[in-house]
Amino acid sequence: MSRMNGQAVPATAVDTSCDVLVAGGGNAALCAAITARRKGASVIVVEGATKFYRGGNTRHTRNLRCAHDEGNEILTGPYSEEEFWDDLMRVTGGQTDEELARFTIAESKELWDWMTDTGVRFQQPLGGTLNLGRTNAFFLGGGRAMLNALYAEAERIGVDIRYESPVTELEIDNGFFTSATVGGPAGPYRIDARALVTATGGFEANIEWLKEYWGDKADNFLIRGTENNRGSILRLLLDKGVEPVGDPTQCHAVAIDARSPKFDGGIVTRLDCVVFGIVMNNACKRFYDEGEDIWPKRYAIWGRLVADQPDQIAYIVFDHKAMGMFMPSVYPAIEAPSLRELAGKLDLDPEAFERTVTDYNAAVREGTFNSQELDDCHTEGLSPPKSHWARRIDTAPYYAYPVRPGITFTYLGTRVNREAKILMQGGRPSANIYAAGEIMAGNVLGKGYLAGIGMTIGAVFGRVAGKEAARHAGN
Amino acid sequence: MQGTELQQEAERQITICNACRYCEGICAVFPALQMQRSFAAGDINYLANLCHNCGACYHDCQFSPPHEFAVNLPKTLAEVRNDSYAQYAWPQALAPLFARNGLKIAVLTALSVTAFFIGLIVLNAPGELFRAHLAPEGFYALMPHNTMAALFGAVFLFSLVAMGMGLRAFWADANAVNTVASSSPSIWQAIRDAGSLRYLDGGGAGCFNEDDQPRDNRRLYHHLTFYGFLLCFAATSVGTIYHYGFGRIAPYPWWDLPQMLGTVGGIGLAIGTGGLLAARRKRLPDLVDQRATGMDVAFILMLFLTAVTGLALHILGGTAAMGVLLAIHLGVVFSLFLTMPYGKFVHGFYRFAALCRHAMSRRHGLNPAPPDRPVPAAARISGG
Ligand SMILES: Cc1cc2nc3c(=O)[nH]c(=O)nc-3n(C[C@H](O)[C@H](O)[C@H](O)COP(=O)(O)OP(=O)(O)OC[C@H]3O[C@@H](n4cnc5c(N)ncnc54)[C@H](O)[C@@H]3O)c2cc1C
Ligand code: SF4
Ligand code: SF4
Repeated sequence: MSRMNGQAVPATAVDTSCDVLVAGGGNAALCAAITARRKGASVIVVEGATKFYRGGNTRHTRNLRCAHDEGNEILTGPYSEEEFWDDLMRVTGGQTDEELARFTIAESKELWDWMTDTGVRFQQPLGGTLNLGRTNAFFLGGGRAMLNALYAEAERIGVDIRYESPVTELEIDNGFFTSATVGGPAGPYRIDARALVTATGGFEANIEWLKEYWGDKADNFLIRGTENNRGSILRLLLDKGVEPVGDPTQCHAVAIDARSPKFDGGIVTRLDCVVFGIVMNNACKRFYDEGEDIWPKRYAIWGRLVADQPDQIAYIVFDHKAMGMFMPSVYPAIEAPSLRELAGKLDLDPEAFERTVTDYNAAVREGTFNSQELDDCHTEGLSPPKSHWARRIDTAPYYAYPVRPGITFTYLGTRVNREAKILMQGGRPSANIYAAGEIMAGNVLGKGYLAGIGMTIGAVFGRVAGKEAARHAGN
Repeated sequence: MQGTELQQEAERQITICNACRYCEGICAVFPALQMQRSFAAGDINYLANLCHNCGACYHDCQFSPPHEFAVNLPKTLAEVRNDSYAQYAWPQALAPLFARNGLKIAVLTALSVTAFFIGLIVLNAPGELFRAHLAPEGFYALMPHNTMAALFGAVFLFSLVAMGMGLRAFWADANAVNTVASSSPSIWQAIRDAGSLRYLDGGGAGCFNEDDQPRDNRRLYHHLTFYGFLLCFAATSVGTIYHYGFGRIAPYPWWDLPQMLGTVGGIGLAIGTGGLLAARRKRLPDLVDQRATGMDVAFILMLFLTAVTGLALHILGGTAAMGVLLAIHLGVVFSLFLTMPYGKFVHGFYRFAALCRHAMSRRHGLNPAPPDRPVPAAARISGG
C-alpha cells in the first residue's frame, strides 16, 4: 500500500509488513518511530485516533522536564541529575525502579537537543508557571505544536503513518511478536513486523475498566485527555503473560469543573481556587481542610476526595475578595448576590448551605492574609479545619464552581528493562516487544506526579525503544 | 459583555485561551489578553487588531474544531477585525455601503474616474489622446498639473481626515474600560514591531497558509507591499516638492529621485501585492473570514493596479498609449485614495495603534492595578 498521511483513509487496506510497527501516536510513539526510521528501519505507525486527535494525551501537554548542567536561553538555570532524582523520590515516596529512574534522568539530558534538532520549539513560561522555568522546557504553542513538529519530521523521513487505525489483536507466541491486526474504517487487515513498539498510553478512558476498582463512582469521572486511551493494548499484553507494574487501582485525579466535557477537556478545566474558599458536597458538608498546604502540594488529592463524596460532586464556594486571585478557567463561576440565591443556583438546600458558611465564618480567626506563604489565617473549633488562608465568606457577590474528579492518567503498565523491552511474567525479556510512554510510566513513577515527567519518560523510552527495535529488526 | 454576537463569540474563545495560555509565546495577542480577566467590546477589537492571522495558534490548538470548544482565533479575530473597520469608519454613513460591495465600488470608482480623465484630456487637448508625447511637457500637455494636484490633494486630505477620525474612535474604544497606567505611548517599540512584522512569524516557525506546515511567504510579500507602497508614496512626495518647491517639472530623468523611488517601489508593490493575492487564493478556508466583503481584496487589487499601471507609464510614457494609461493610472490611484478609509488599508493604522497600546501596557500595566495579580504561591498551578 502506498504511503498515506491520514488525509484519506482508504476503504480497505491490504495486509502488509515492515521492520518496526509502532502502535500509538503520541510523544512516545513518534520518538520511537523517528528514531527507528533514522536507523534505517521501515516503520509503520498505527494511530487509533483521527488526524486531528492524533497523539492522545500528548496534545494536552505543555512541557517536558529535563536535567541540564547549565541554563540556556530558555531554561533559567541548571537542574542536576541529583536534584531531579530528589524531586522524583519526594513525589513517589520511593515507589520507583531506581535503575530505570536514574537511567531516565540521565537520558533526559539529551532531550533538549534531540527535540530542537527534530523541529520542536520551546519558550519561556510567562505567568502562572514561572516556577517551572528552570526545570521544565515549555513547548512553544503547547503539546499539539510539538506533535506537529514530530509528525512533520516523521513524514519527511518516510515513516508510514496511518490514522484511524487501532490495533485490535496481537499475535504473540511465548513473548515473540509476529503480527498485529488493525481495525478501524480500513480494517481489518494484518501487519507483520520484526519488532513491535507499544506506545498506546494508559486505560484512563476505559470507564468499564475503572469500574473494576472504583465501582459505579467511575461513571461520574471526567477524563481530562483523549477518549482513545482505553488500554486495549495493555489488556492484550497482560492477557498474553506480560508482567504488570504499578498499582492498578490508582489514577492521577484532580478536581475539575463539573461542566467539562466527558473527554478531552484538557488543561482549561482545572480550578486552582480551593485554597481561597471552602469546599462542600451536595449535602452542604465540608469534608477536607482546604488550606492544609500550598496548592501544588495538594491539588492532586482533590480528585480522590471528590470521588468519595455522594454523586462524586462538590462545590468550591468563595466570595468577591478571592475573585481574580487564581488562574482563570474555561467556564465562568456561578454568581449570586446572596448565599441563599447561590445555593438555589447550585440546587443545594439554601438553609444547610448558609449554615455551613456561617459556621465556617464564625470559626475563622483572621490574621494577616498572605497568599504567598502558609499564613496564619485559620479556623478554630471547626471540623474539618481550614488551616491557612481562612477568610470569612461575607462579601457579595458570592461565587461557586461545581467540581468532579478529572482523571489524568492511570498507573498500571507493563514492566520493562533498560532497552524498553517488555518483561514477561517471571522477568524474562520478550524477544521483540517494546513499550514506551504512559503504558510503562509506572516503572519510574509508581505514585504521585512530577510536572513534565510524563513527556520525559515517553521521550526517553520512545527513543530507546526505537533504537533497540530497529537494531533487532536489522539482525 | 456587551457587544455584537461575534464579539461575544470572540470573548468566549479568548476566555479559553486565558485559561490555557499554551500559545503565550507565539504572538502579542496572548500576552495582551492574559493581562485582563474581563473584556469589553473595545478590548476585543483591540485584540483582533493585534492578530495578523498567521494561523499558528489554529494548528497548535488542542481545542480547535472539531473539538467542542471550537477555538479558532485566526478566523474569529479576522471577522471581528473586518467588522471593526466598518464600526470605526468615518463618516459612519459610508461604512455599510463599502462593507457590502467593496470590490465593485472600488472598480467602479476606478473606471468612472478613468472615464472622467479621458474626457478631461479630450476636452483639454482635443485630438491629443492617442498622440505620442515626449518629455518634458508630456504629462501636463494632456492634463494641467494644477487640476491633478487639486483633485488628488482633495481626495487625499479627505482620506486622511476620515482615517484619523477612525483611528481616534478605535483608540477611545480600546481604552474605554481597561486603560493603560501611563499615557506616554511606546511608539518606538511599536514602530519596530510593526516595521519588522515581528509577530507575523508564528512565534518563529513562520506563517501558515494552505496547510498545517509553516511554509508561507506572506510575510515577505507583505514587506514588499508595505515598503513598496512607502517608496511610491515617497516618490510622489518628492515630485510634489520638486514641482512646487523648486519649479522642477515632471517627467524626471530615470536617475532622479522620484523616478528611482517610484520604479523600485512600484516593482516591490507589484510583486508584493501579486504574491498576497495568490496566497489568498490558496489559503486554508478555515482561517479566513468567509463573509468576504471584498474590501480587503479590493485594497490589494487597487494597490496592485496602481503599481502595474504606474510601471507601465514609466515604460510606455513616450508612446501613443500614454494618454489612456495615464487616465487609467489616475483613476486607480483616485479610487485607492477614496476607498482607503473604508477598506483593508486602515488595518495598518489600527494594527499600529494596537501595537502601541500593547507596548504601553507591557511597560506600564493596566489601570486600575491589573486584575491579574501575580499568581500567588498558594495557588500556583501544577504545570502539567
Ligand atoms: C490535561 C493534561 C495535561 C498534561 N500535561 C502534561 C505536561 O505538561 N507534561 C507532561 O510531561 N505530561 C503531561 N500530561 C501527561 C501526558 O499527557 C502523558 O504522560 C503523555 O501524553 C503520555 O504519552 P504517550 O505517548 O505515552 O501517550 P499518548 O500521548 O496518550 O498517546 C497514546 C496514543 O495511543 C493511541 N492508541 C490507544 N490505543 C490504541 C490502539 N489500540 N491502537 C492504536 N493506537 C492506540 C491513542 O489514540 C493515543 O494517540 C498531561 C496529561 C493531561 C491529561
Ligand atoms: S489557541 Fe488554543 S492552545 Fe492556544 S492558547 Fe488558545 S486555547 Fe490554548
Ligand atoms: S493567528 Fe497568529 S497572530 Fe493571530 S492570534 Fe493566532 S498566533 Fe496570534
